[in-house]
Amino acid sequence: MHHLLPLLVALPLLGAAVLVATGRHLPRIAAEITGFAVSGGTAALAVVLLLDSSPPMVEWVGGWLPVGGESVGILVVGDGPALGMATLVSLLTLAALAYSWRYFDQPPHGRTGTFTALMLVFQGGMCGFAIAGDLFNAFVFFELMSVTAYALTGYRIDEAKAVQGALTFGVVNSLGAYAMLMGIALLYARTGELAMTKIGRGLDSAAGQGGPDALVLASFVLVLTGLLVKAAAVPFHFWLPDAHAVAPTPVCMLLSGVMVELGAYGVWRVYGTVFAGPGGIPAADLTRALVTLGAVTAAVGAVMCWYQRHIKRLLAYSTVAHTGLFVIGLGILTPEGDDGVALYMLGHAGVKAALFACAGVLLDRFGSVDEHALHGRAGQLRATGVMFGIGALGLAGLPTFGTGLGKAITEEAVGGPLTVVFVAASAVTAGAVLRVTARVFLGLGPRPEDAEYETSGSDEEPETPGLLGRIPDTMTIVPAVLLAAALAVGSVPGFGELVARYVNETGSGGAHVSVHWTLHGAVLGVASTVLAAALAALAVTRPRWVAAPDWAAPLRRLQSGHVGDYVAWLLVGATVLGALALPGVLGG
Amino acid sequence: MNRLRLWLLAVGGAGLAALLVAACLDLPAFGGRWHPYGDRAVQASLDRHIANTIASVNFDQRAYDTLGEISILFAAVLGCVVLLREARDEHRAPPEPAEVARPVRRYALLVLPVALVTGLYVIAHGQLSPGGGFQGGVVAATALHLLYLGADYGALERVRPLGVYEASDSLAVCAYLVLGLAGVLAGTAFLANTLLPYGTFNTLSSGGTVPLLNAAVGMEVASAVVVLLAHFLDQAVEIEEEHGS
Amino acid sequence: MNTAMHVLPYLVAVYVFLTGCYGLATSRNLIHAVGCLAVCQSATYVLLLAVGYRDGATAPVFSDIEPGSRPVVDPVVQALTLTDIVVGATVTALLLALVLQIAKRHGTVDPDELRELRG
Repeated sequence: MHHLLPLLVALPLLGAAVLVATGRHLPRIAAEITGFAVSGGTAALAVVLLLDSSPPMVEWVGGWLPVGGESVGILVVGDGPALGMATLVSLLTLAALAYSWRYFDQPPHGRTGTFTALMLVFQGGMCGFAIAGDLFNAFVFFELMSVTAYALTGYRIDEAKAVQGALTFGVVNSLGAYAMLMGIALLYARTGELAMTKIGRGLDSAAGQGGPDALVLASFVLVLTGLLVKAAAVPFHFWLPDAHAVAPTPVCMLLSGVMVELGAYGVWRVYGTVFAGPGGIPAADLTRALVTLGAVTAAVGAVMCWYQRHIKRLLAYSTVAHTGLFVIGLGILTPEGDDGVALYMLGHAGVKAALFACAGVLLDRFGSVDEHALHGRAGQLRATGVMFGIGALGLAGLPTFGTGLGKAITEEAVGGPLTVVFVAASAVTAGAVLRVTARVFLGLGPRPEDAEYETSGSDEEPETPGLLGRIPDTMTIVPAVLLAAALAVGSVPGFGELVARYVNETGSGGAHVSVHWTLHGAVLGVASTVLAAALAALAVTRPRWVAAPDWAAPLRRLQSGHVGDYVAWLLVGATVLGALALPGVLGG
Repeated sequence: MNRLRLWLLAVGGAGLAALLVAACLDLPAFGGRWHPYGDRAVQASLDRHIANTIASVNFDQRAYDTLGEISILFAAVLGCVVLLREARDEHRAPPEPAEVARPVRRYALLVLPVALVTGLYVIAHGQLSPGGGFQGGVVAATALHLLYLGADYGALERVRPLGVYEASDSLAVCAYLVLGLAGVLAGTAFLANTLLPYGTFNTLSSGGTVPLLNAAVGMEVASAVVVLLAHFLDQAVEIEEEHGS
Repeated sequence: MNTAMHVLPYLVAVYVFLTGCYGLATSRNLIHAVGCLAVCQSATYVLLLAVGYRDGATAPVFSDIEPGSRPVVDPVVQALTLTDIVVGATVTALLLALVLQIAKRHGTVDPDELRELRG
């Protein structure tokens, strides 16, 4: 079975290559069916492998089995978290392809399957990153998914915002990737290995009794910089709103639903296999670094989310806030935290993708995703409006959504004052989405006033041939299915336990964690939801009370759209990361 | 705002510089003898009768990395096809014939076949001497563009049916993948180099599947570079904005 | 060789990386910025190749030297650098394509004048 692991990468790539080779002669419907079949086949393979992943599988690509513990080949891992991410990637790609069924007005002339092919390459790249067990190989697939994502983000070349967002995305992410490669080179110099587990052991034996030194710290900072850029942790996050707000909707579903989460997953994987030993970065320092960055990320994401009027940008900031929560949950390094975040990511992927899908309906029906311009105009889109509202409740963590269960378990694992961050961030982001629901779909409250420094969502080009008179069924069914899936993650009895077992088998040596709804978690989930509803009600009825206070204006000005600012922040972020992890190195 | 950026840059740059310099002082001394992975790679390459160890690493030991790499190239070509298509307010105008100075013309047309053959030679000898699919592919693809310098864009377009190059780009990726999948079907592993005999050391047919993967990469790179350059040249030469519409 | 020579190549890589970052942050032209990104990437080539060097060694190609007769440099980093170069070239191509479209849509390639996305 383990020989099939690399097929998670090979199948989508093969599908893409076949689509491009035959693209000139293929009718559009055939290209889309091919894409669907390939993506679905990969998803099925991922599920089959996942069910077989206990005990975890490893595969040496090319059959380079280790001789005397040493190999020259590339290691691919098939454990629960890796295959779980690959499954999530594949299912979400399938959903995005279904949503974009006959979606774009015209593919480039004579190149029918190009969009589908790019989506398949994107899927292959993300799967490859998820199952990578070799650090350089992880870099290669990191770049593959990035390159595809840049192209997909800039797909609508007639949009000025789209090409600018895609370039910012490309520059910042590529710089992060090169920082990561510098870190990999340092680790190779120290340990002479590239497989993550071997690097980890090499660091331990090189350190001896001494503990980590500056080289370990620098490589840790550089590798994590790359991964945290992908995960959009503050202050590496600036590219995300600019890119996610302008990408085509099906691409947004993947970017926000799973690509950003892959960055957080990468942090978890790399820390656990490379830096967790005595020669790596001490646990206390990692926790300090990740919890600090995660809390700031959640706060900044939530505040910025609240003050957006561009609906897709608003959703993008809510992704920033939620990844902040994921980073906190992973940073505390407990089995409960890992399990909670795994469930939270699954639920969040469904909810966020559904919300983007609904925003896409608005875009194609009205040519606008601007909360102010759309005020009261979307009343007849009942199904979409209902789903948008349900999505907001999911974002808040209402029982029994998967987001709610994941959040409850993570909160319990984190404990203490950080619980406030979880409740507040989920309530504020959900409140913003509920506010949009109330204004756009229900037409409640007065029409809000425009601010001076902001991105409006008016005058957007629809992604379909002209404005849609009637919403195609796929654009309603897909978000409905995604929301149902997010609900199922938290409600199906035993699913949480199953996820926990798969995660802990790899992450924490098979620790048993009881994963189920508790009164405490349910109460906090309901509290977040009530708070979100209250905030939304206040915003709609008394807009002045919750208008941007003066202290929020500088925060908004930081998001300047200037790529030079973002690069400067990236350097500051790397320095901060180094400073936060420094005590462990000095102490050693 | 600009002031803030400079401050951020100063703080971030200084912090990162300090960290990296400290790391450099902890690195093993430059030119050291200890390279365990490298030594193993050399041995594995010799065991499989491949004279150029780098080709062995690229197309055998770490052929899976190369799969990612050619996919990146493939994705970038697709991306450029998408990003450099005609926008709604643009149209194509046939390029005007260009006057080329005779010495340039003669030199370009003289060098073109030489460059092309050199490219193919570098591809073919990938597992024997420095070079291989990537390097030779770029040489072969740029050789074609001497036509643009020596004649004009129209001449280049006549020898460059883009559809063929796009198809051969994707077929080369298919070939690489199919060679990889053959290992799985044979019951060994993805991209396993166990299907073909390793041949005689230092000959063109040595190394099992390495020459085949190398050839696929050469084909992919040559076609991809042609397609990439074509789209950029189209932007410069052919695609114009609509006037008065 | 003295101690300075033992770290100098690594310091060159660090210098190149930071120079690229400085250029990126202060760039007034997006084409120049994409070039600066390529400079940052060149730092990774320098670092990888420096890490793989061995005193007195030659290329790890055995078509004209007897295996074992001379030390060879680390072939793995050379292969990684090759991969890195291909990645860099393709990323540069893609980013330049985006800059081209920005020039058309915004009428400028000065990042200071791009004012569409903010707040």
